[in-house]
Amino acid sequence: MSKADTTDAATDSGVIQSVSGPVVTARDLNARMNDVVYVGDEGLMGEVIEIEGDLTTVQVYEETSGVGPGEPVENTGEPLSVDLGPGMLDAIYDGVQRPLDVLEGKMGSPYLDRGVDAPGIDLEEEWEFEPAVEEGDVVEPGDIVGVVEETVTIDHKVMVPPDYEGGEVVAAEAGSFDVTETVVELDNGEAVSMHQEWPVREARPAEDKKTPRTPLVSGQRILDGLFPIAKGGTAAIPGPFGSGKTVTQHQLAKYADADIIVYVGCGERGNEMTEVIEDFPELEDPANGNPLMARTSLIANTSNMPVAARESCIYTGITIAEYYRDMGYDVALMADSTSRWAEAMREISSRLEEMPGEEGYPAYLAARLAQFYERAGYFENINGTEGSVSAIGAVSPPGGDFSEPVTQNTLRIVKTFWALDADLAERRHFPSINWNESYSLYKDQLDPWFEEEVADDWAERRQWAVDVLDEETELQEIVQLVGKDALPDDQQLTLEVARYLREAYLQQNAFHPVDTYCPPEKTYLMLTTIQTFNDEAFDALDAGVPVEEIIDIESAPRINRIGVQEDYEEYVEDLKAEISEELRSLY
Amino acid sequence: MKEYQTITEISGPLVYAEVDEAIGYDEIVEIETAQGETLRGQVLESSEDVVAIQVFEGTSGIDRDASVRFLGETMKMPVTEDLLGRVLDGSGRPIDDGPEIVPEERQDIVGAAINPYSREYPEEFIETGVSAIDGMNTLVRGQKLPIFSSSGQPHSELAMQIARQASVPEEEEGDDEDGSEFAVIFGAMGITQEEANEFMQDFERTGALERSVVFMNLADDPAVERTVTPRMVLTTAEYLAFEKDYHVLVILTDMTNYCEALREIGAAREEVPGRRGYPGYMYTDLAQLYERAGRIKGRDGSVTQIPILTMPGDDDTHPIPDLTGYITEGQIYVDPDLNSQGLQPPINVLPSLSRLMDDGIGEGLTRADHADVKDQMFAAYAEGEDLRDLVNIVGREALSELDNQYLDFADAFESEFIDQGFETNRDIEETLEIGWDLLSMLPKDALNRIDEEFIEEHYREDDAEREVVEAAD
Repeated sequence: MSKADTTDAATDSGVIQSVSGPVVTARDLNARMNDVVYVGDEGLMGEVIEIEGDLTTVQVYEETSGVGPGEPVENTGEPLSVDLGPGMLDAIYDGVQRPLDVLEGKMGSPYLDRGVDAPGIDLEEEWEFEPAVEEGDVVEPGDIVGVVEETVTIDHKVMVPPDYEGGEVVAAEAGSFDVTETVVELDNGEAVSMHQEWPVREARPAEDKKTPRTPLVSGQRILDGLFPIAKGGTAAIPGPFGSGKTVTQHQLAKYADADIIVYVGCGERGNEMTEVIEDFPELEDPANGNPLMARTSLIANTSNMPVAARESCIYTGITIAEYYRDMGYDVALMADSTSRWAEAMREISSRLEEMPGEEGYPAYLAARLAQFYERAGYFENINGTEGSVSAIGAVSPPGGDFSEPVTQNTLRIVKTFWALDADLAERRHFPSINWNESYSLYKDQLDPWFEEEVADDWAERRQWAVDVLDEETELQEIVQLVGKDALPDDQQLTLEVARYLREAYLQQNAFHPVDTYCPPEKTYLMLTTIQTFNDEAFDALDAGVPVEEIIDIESAPRINRIGVQEDYEEYVEDLKAEISEELRSLY
Repeated sequence: MKEYQTITEISGPLVYAEVDEAIGYDEIVEIETAQGETLRGQVLESSEDVVAIQVFEGTSGIDRDASVRFLGETMKMPVTEDLLGRVLDGSGRPIDDGPEIVPEERQDIVGAAINPYSREYPEEFIETGVSAIDGMNTLVRGQKLPIFSSSGQPHSELAMQIARQASVPEEEEGDDEDGSEFAVIFGAMGITQEEANEFMQDFERTGALERSVVFMNLADDPAVERTVTPRMVLTTAEYLAFEKDYHVLVILTDMTNYCEALREIGAAREEVPGRRGYPGYMYTDLAQLYERAGRIKGRDGSVTQIPILTMPGDDDTHPIPDLTGYITEGQIYVDPDLNSQGLQPPINVLPSLSRLMDDGIGEGLTRADHADVKDQMFAAYAEGEDLRDLVNIVGREALSELDNQYLDFADAFESEFIDQGFETNRDIEETLEIGWDLLSMLPKDALNRIDEEFIEEHYREDDAEREVVEAAD
């Protein structure tokens, strides 16, 4: 309530004038833009999106079947806000932060009924509060005043809301409290509880945005190895259907080394969200072995759920992410898919009969996308801690055509581009990320980290791999015309090396218990093994060994099995020795 | 219930009428024409003094004096287990001269969204008896797996084959021998009388009708009715699945006609069109149909959907297949080239996909080696396909021995694995064994996606063990 309480909200009620799908027009409603209203006798939740004369247009977050003119519209006088506090992790929400498990209980049905509301966090659950300040301490907005253990993995920091004035602490006590109770009192009468509200369309304040220099290690070879994303970075994964966007997003949610994951299923499949709900509690956090859900907050607004709530789910997600960032955590937000979000905007816009921009999308599409991705970044928070929000958005371009508006407007903002490719997916090369089209603009600023933490020739090795793959692409064009055997020996050998790069290094089996997560050290060792083969093979070729014999050596195909080895260090060492030995024995 | 004689505008499938009371959005309307005919419609837009009504049967015969009655409720349909074995029209009225339907319940045809939290993840195999599906793109209970086809292709035959052969392993083991646990609901939208007859004859011939409900909206039935038919189909399916514990297989054909009807209504309402004139909300609208597939925690039944759509110009970037592909969990491609080669069913497995396959196969579900065999066959067939282009230029002699083996594999894969005929029912065991026969045409070390253990167990060392290769050569 923090923001709205302090203003003179024009709380008022009006009458429905017309209904068309999710768009409802009301008469005589005294409201501000983006105020939340309750529509009709059933009290369906909606948001003001246009005001014209005495008519107010509302987008409704629920089905409007049966709602008719003459029914009342109540204004709450508050913008669409989320409840922030302990209990957001290990939770699953719809697009307006209603907990789906609570809704199931309240509705007593597996179907989503209308007009049922529930707070985003359980207001009655008690948490063990441990103060971090004492009486007499002076606190400012954003400062951490205490800690509760939210899950086994995450300590939830209780902060002074950013819109407080701050002052001297007059009371702070440890103990068991629910989120609405005051845990810290200030001398100016301000009371801090574990619960805050924040309007979703407004970014939470921060002190400064910095250049990100730490990678978000994903355990996916092609991402960490070739196209890394930074903690606080932005990335887009566009691809036609069936190319593996969702699997890639899931892999990131499972294995990225962020502290907190916010996963937004925006207009996607119900069964996919169910998979996440069923899988994540059973999966282990690779960092500490705790259940993965202990660091995850899920937002599921599937494609058949109301379209207006789909429009808001992205904002709900990023606001939750920012809140954990304020505590000093590294948060990764996955949005699957931003195209569905853009389509929701298009649908609302066309119901409003706005003048359409490109392909029917509203003219403000680019601005909305930019605003969203700008809320990501590596920040110095107002309480002095540092935290980050990394935003990774899947894009579903119609027909897989990247020239469409959502992909193009996204690419103008994000700095990492993982292009999914239907051809690769069709031959079951997964992850089907096209190495020729993808890029990462973070490479240079992240190399020092990899060189420090993994190996000092990280960047060089990567460049070697990129060069080989580039050369392969050129050679493949010739092969398509004349066949492989017409190529000179050295080029045939390059193709063989590139094949190992593609099959062993770039492919990764998300469904294999070991291969699914590949630490950077393993990524590096795999690359060095392929390079060992490359170097030894070219030496053999120079010594006059026919290329067929080199290709046919027995040890080399074992490169393809590095991915599935648990004790990879020993395996790689043996393999390198064997490859060298076998090749040297040929001359 | 008030009657109005206040029609102000009739345009295409839409009627505008002035009213002096509040009319709910989506409410059902009856319009009585001067000839005494009663037409049904639905409120598309409701404002204080005028409502827009979409008339299901078409507006022909309506004049300014026709009377309009608002029924005060949204569209509901009667549901009962007795619907099994019945044939209904596109609006749910019996057309098989059978007895009146006595409803057990009346349900809203616009189903509410299933709470994602209440869903259960689909992971039980449905055996369709079609190798290209069972082996390569496995269907699981609660999945929505469309068939992407184009005009002139035998997608109907494929759909009938699936409807006939589909079974769930549980059903086979159970004591329930007549298979009453399994039901097929068939929704026809805008198909021709001839196609409809073929379906009906097949249903009757195989006795499948008694476990089926058939909804028929034919090509000459009003287009707007098509927007209601699939909702009736799915309402029936949900009722049978989640109230009566049936495993329901829903076949919807042809979704392209459904989308054309959406476009027609959109155009009549002068809406801002999206891609290719289809309404901007088509994704949401289709999702509200397709997402009604699934399983629910604590309920025994399931709804599995096989929508069929004909891609205009065989182009899968057309909005209808495109949006469908983004919602459904994979797709099965019917390929004109394979069809002209006479393959039955002409399924092209390469672009086909079943997203839920990985969780529905393997030990205890199908067979432990299933995933590896599938991966290897995909890779080998893709390789062979690529080489075919090359062969056209350089000839077979210029290729290495391995490349030639891949080419042979691709040919045999099509003739032995895919081309099984529309009448053959193969169980999963047989499908996988054929797979091994084919993979054994390749040298052992080319099988880089299969676990060594399985190679040991299944690889045919000896030519004599391979039954199909002779035939392929």
